[in-house]
Amino acid sequence: MADKPAVFLCSGCGIGDSLSMEGLSSTASSQSPDSTCRIHPALCSQEGLRLIVDGLSAGVTTIVIGACSPRVKQECFSYDGPAVVERVNLREHVAWTHEPGHPDTQAMAEDSLRMGIVRALKVSDIKPFTPEVSRTILVVGGGISGLSAALGAADAGSRVCLVEKSPSLGGWVTRLHRQYPKEPPFREPLETGIESLVKAAQAHPLIRILPSTIIEKIEGSPGMFDVTLNSAGASETIRVGAVIMATGFQPYDPDRLGHLGFGSHPDVITSVQMEQLASEGVIKRPSDGKTVQTAAFIQCAGQLDSDHLPYCSSFCCLTSLKQALYLTGNNAESKAYILYKHFRTPSLYEDFYRNAQESGSIFLSRTETPRIITAVDMLTVEAQDLLLNEKISLNVDLVVLATGMVPSPAPALNLAYRQGGELPELRYGFPDSHFICFPYETRRTGIYAAGCARQPMDSLSSREDAYGAAVKAIQCIEMVARGESVHPRAGDRSYPELYMPRCTQCKRCTEECPFGMYDEDSKFNPLPNPTRCRRCGICMGACPERIISFADYSVDITSSMIKAIEIPETDEEKPRILAFLCENDAYPALDMAGVRRMRFNPHTRIIPVRCLGSINMVCITDALSRGIDGVILVGCKHGDDYQCHNITGSELAETRIVKMKDTLDKLSLEAGRLRVVQLSLEEYGRLPAILDEFLESIVEIGPNPYKDL
Amino acid sequence: MQSSTIETDILVVGGGVSGIAAAVEAADCGYNVVLIEKEPFLGGMAIRMHRYFPKLCPPICGFELNFRRIKSNARIRFFTLATLNSISGIDGDLTASVRLQPRMVNDNCTACGDCAGVCPVEKPDEFNYGWGTRRAIYLPHVQAYPQTYIVDGQSCPGTECAKCISACRYGAIDLQMGERSLQIKCSSAIMATGWQPYDAARLTALGYGRFPNVITNMMMERLAAVAVSKGRRITRPSDDREISSIAFVQCAGSRDVNHLPYCSGVCCMASLKQASYVKDSNPETNIYIFYIDIRTTGMQEEFFQRIAAIDNTSLVRGKVSKISEDPATGDLIIEAEDTSLGKMVRQRVDMAVLATGIAPMGTGPSIGNAAEDGHGFAVRDAPGIFAAGCAKRPMDVSSSIRDATGTVLKSMQSARRRQSRGG
Repeated sequence: MADKPAVFLCSGCGIGDSLSMEGLSSTASSQSPDSTCRIHPALCSQEGLRLIVDGLSAGVTTIVIGACSPRVKQECFSYDGPAVVERVNLREHVAWTHEPGHPDTQAMAEDSLRMGIVRALKVSDIKPFTPEVSRTILVVGGGISGLSAALGAADAGSRVCLVEKSPSLGGWVTRLHRQYPKEPPFREPLETGIESLVKAAQAHPLIRILPSTIIEKIEGSPGMFDVTLNSAGASETIRVGAVIMATGFQPYDPDRLGHLGFGSHPDVITSVQMEQLASEGVIKRPSDGKTVQTAAFIQCAGQLDSDHLPYCSSFCCLTSLKQALYLTGNNAESKAYILYKHFRTPSLYEDFYRNAQESGSIFLSRTETPRIITAVDMLTVEAQDLLLNEKISLNVDLVVLATGMVPSPAPALNLAYRQGGELPELRYGFPDSHFICFPYETRRTGIYAAGCARQPMDSLSSREDAYGAAVKAIQCIEMVARGESVHPRAGDRSYPELYMPRCTQCKRCTEECPFGMYDEDSKFNPLPNPTRCRRCGICMGACPERIISFADYSVDITSSMIKAIEIPETDEEKPRILAFLCENDAYPALDMAGVRRMRFNPHTRIIPVRCLGSINMVCITDALSRGIDGVILVGCKHGDDYQCHNITGSELAETRIVKMKDTLDKLSLEAGRLRVVQLSLEEYGRLPAILDEFLESIVEIGPNPYKDL
Repeated sequence: MQSSTIETDILVVGGGVSGIAAAVEAADCGYNVVLIEKEPFLGGMAIRMHRYFPKLCPPICGFELNFRRIKSNARIRFFTLATLNSISGIDGDLTASVRLQPRMVNDNCTACGDCAGVCPVEKPDEFNYGWGTRRAIYLPHVQAYPQTYIVDGQSCPGTECAKCISACRYGAIDLQMGERSLQIKCSSAIMATGWQPYDAARLTALGYGRFPNVITNMMMERLAAVAVSKGRRITRPSDDREISSIAFVQCAGSRDVNHLPYCSGVCCMASLKQASYVKDSNPETNIYIFYIDIRTTGMQEEFFQRIAAIDNTSLVRGKVSKISEDPATGDLIIEAEDTSLGKMVRQRVDMAVLATGIAPMGTGPSIGNAAEDGHGFAVRDAPGIFAAGCAKRPMDVSSSIRDATGTVLKSMQSARRRQSRGG
């Protein structure tokens, strides 16, 4: 906590042309009588920065800088050491977006400065939580992804414990005869190399391999997971720092493909079975052992089909080409027919497709779902060829159904987390993070999915995916050791503290935390696990008793900032709007509107928040009871294509606001005084109009009756 | 020429989505990183996009978070207007020689814009493919990071004008700034040099460069972005008229031995995504997508089904053979074989988007072995020099970020080898 804050105001970039700096200086001294206030025309210049450094050397521990947005010039205004530095946005949010010299613009600037000073004075030092960590990584699954992650991490110096539920390593790739080529010249199927990968892992001094082992449970949190393993009845608990889930896939159940002839005839097989046949040498029919001369490959078997798998498994076109080459490579007279809906050999794999066609024995036809007619000694495939517009009828020795993949079934991790034992699912059993830009960030900190457990992918992608998961696992441990949060507030060293004497065990924090940070004891008291925490503050927003706070972000700080806003009396006809802006999208959006000099109304007062979900409803009640006429929350989109980096934050905020409206009714306040808006960052151009429209609707509703009380 | 030497753990060459991912992920693991980028801002090709598929979310959202990490992590240093001249050495001990072009604006710049306000020179805005103008001193785009202006040396009249210098209150402009060179000593290098769009002018039958209403997919990103940022509907280049029909020409110069023989893997999703832009802004538009195969793998399939089901969207299986123009209106006539009907179609549309592919940028002087039909992509690494993202092979944004993250592991392994050698 601070005593004598030093306020520095920049009059550059048009701030001084728009505002009365003396007025701001008086505001600073009335808000904090012990403070000093210096004004400089270019605070980010050498001279300006020296002013601040001189202040620090003189023992000042709290600095308030009224200048440009905190998103710019960070390298100038960052200081080592215990000083609190609060930046007040007088440029993008005030000077650049409002009428210069107008008293309302001045009022906005003065309120912003007051709020900044209040915050700076209330922020406490963060005492980072830097536990002893284990740097061992647990890899769950010994297939190609697990082996790649283990070897990759071990070669980078990490200790690895790899557990595999079956007795042997290598996963599905061991069942492949060959793999399709992953690099030029993309001609022949290649050796899989899985044996050498397995041997390398077994020989590596930093990798401990436990076959025939499952996970009984995982307790604890990143940096200090306690994993209880079970190897054929014998239990052992080990400590690890991070977990990579590389549990792979299962082929789609072919028994469900009766409509394509599976189960009606022994020579209608799956691509998995085809690998087995190929491994035996010349490809022979299961029914009578005769050499296969003709084979038909049915793509998208049980896929791209709402009755089966609606998605594409990504690897089956490549697999069928490869298997067609097994056949034709071996036997010059043989013919392979591939019947597909869309032929998917993207990127450089296109070369493999083109080269395979040059063999002259592989025929590809675009068709609707073919009919497979099974007679005792004959298989016939009928389909409408959509390119030649004619019906085709093929008598073949073998039909191969190119089946897809589903993720390996749970349980795998058995997390002893209050919110459940596995990674929360997105769709179809996959735990994808859904973030394009942050593909590894699951909803469980320190636990990263890799390979087909994450999404359907081919084996090259599985290896590359595993390397990335290894980096994230290593990184998470290092960040935890430094007391830092990972994505999205990477580097944040604050963490929530709970004042338990006032806890009523309502369980909102334990249920609403998107990351499962809280466990519970038998009396429903929340048990925080700080290294799981992403510092979003959603728990703080959820708690009806307000017992949760961060050293630099709390309900008390926010309420105090709200109290610092000057509310003109009703007859002055100057409404006051409070806008909570999410720091991820809405706040940068308003900065960008500022860069474009787009104007918005001067009656809005802005409070940046970590996430809309972190806003406690008591702050809204505080605002309304003080006479603020309307409160608007602007944050990230939720829904199926959610953009909220804390997964459920903005959605929770919206739900809470809807419930608040009942409270408002009881206070005879109109529901329209509260609004939640979802904004996507490229829509920044809409934000000024959003704020202005809200103001208009508030003016129509009329002033808050509590204003003059 | 001014020259200096810096030392770091990892050099990242390229400041697009892959390079930035590699830099922030490595830095958060504890490594020191120097990133060099040839343009005046970070973000590469991806930051020019309006939205990403399949979530239809804006690139600047992810970049905002990663720029925040760059700003707050002292282990990351980056240089813009920087190009790699050469790189030599062994795994664990490399030296890179970098050329820094002069921005002619220094770190005093506050992006207040007073300079552009007085600059007499107006030029087409190349970030937006000429839709709009900029000054000779300008900020490349609204989210440009670093948020520092730049002088376009070609069009700036120089010290004889110098109006910007008089207007600048921060001494940020130095029209005599010269080139500098930088030696970077590092343990390993990640080549995240990205890609460039295939030159659509080489597709002579498709009219790009001759007909203003034939544009490329990258241009379509900016057309949509500019329209949305102004709150307008999408209009076509020739006459700024709101469009009511549009054709997407898939595999334009791809899967074609006369152009790019390979597939870029992203253009099907990109065109479907752009169809959604059109539906958002001009809902009644008739959309025609001419394709060979729709390559929407994995979970992307659902996005395909969703877009294809939108009203007035037609998927025509058939490669476009020719585009001609009706000179009276600027309308285009698309000629293609509709294989499902078994005949040629001639479809009149207001504008056409050529879904051109990802051509290699080249990793420059470092990984030289791009031959043997990697088609110019760095399909193999060199000792201590690792390719990531589209420098390696065509891939989408999510895969590029995944790949760049994984490539950091190779740098970490390199650092460990150096350590165990006593380096």
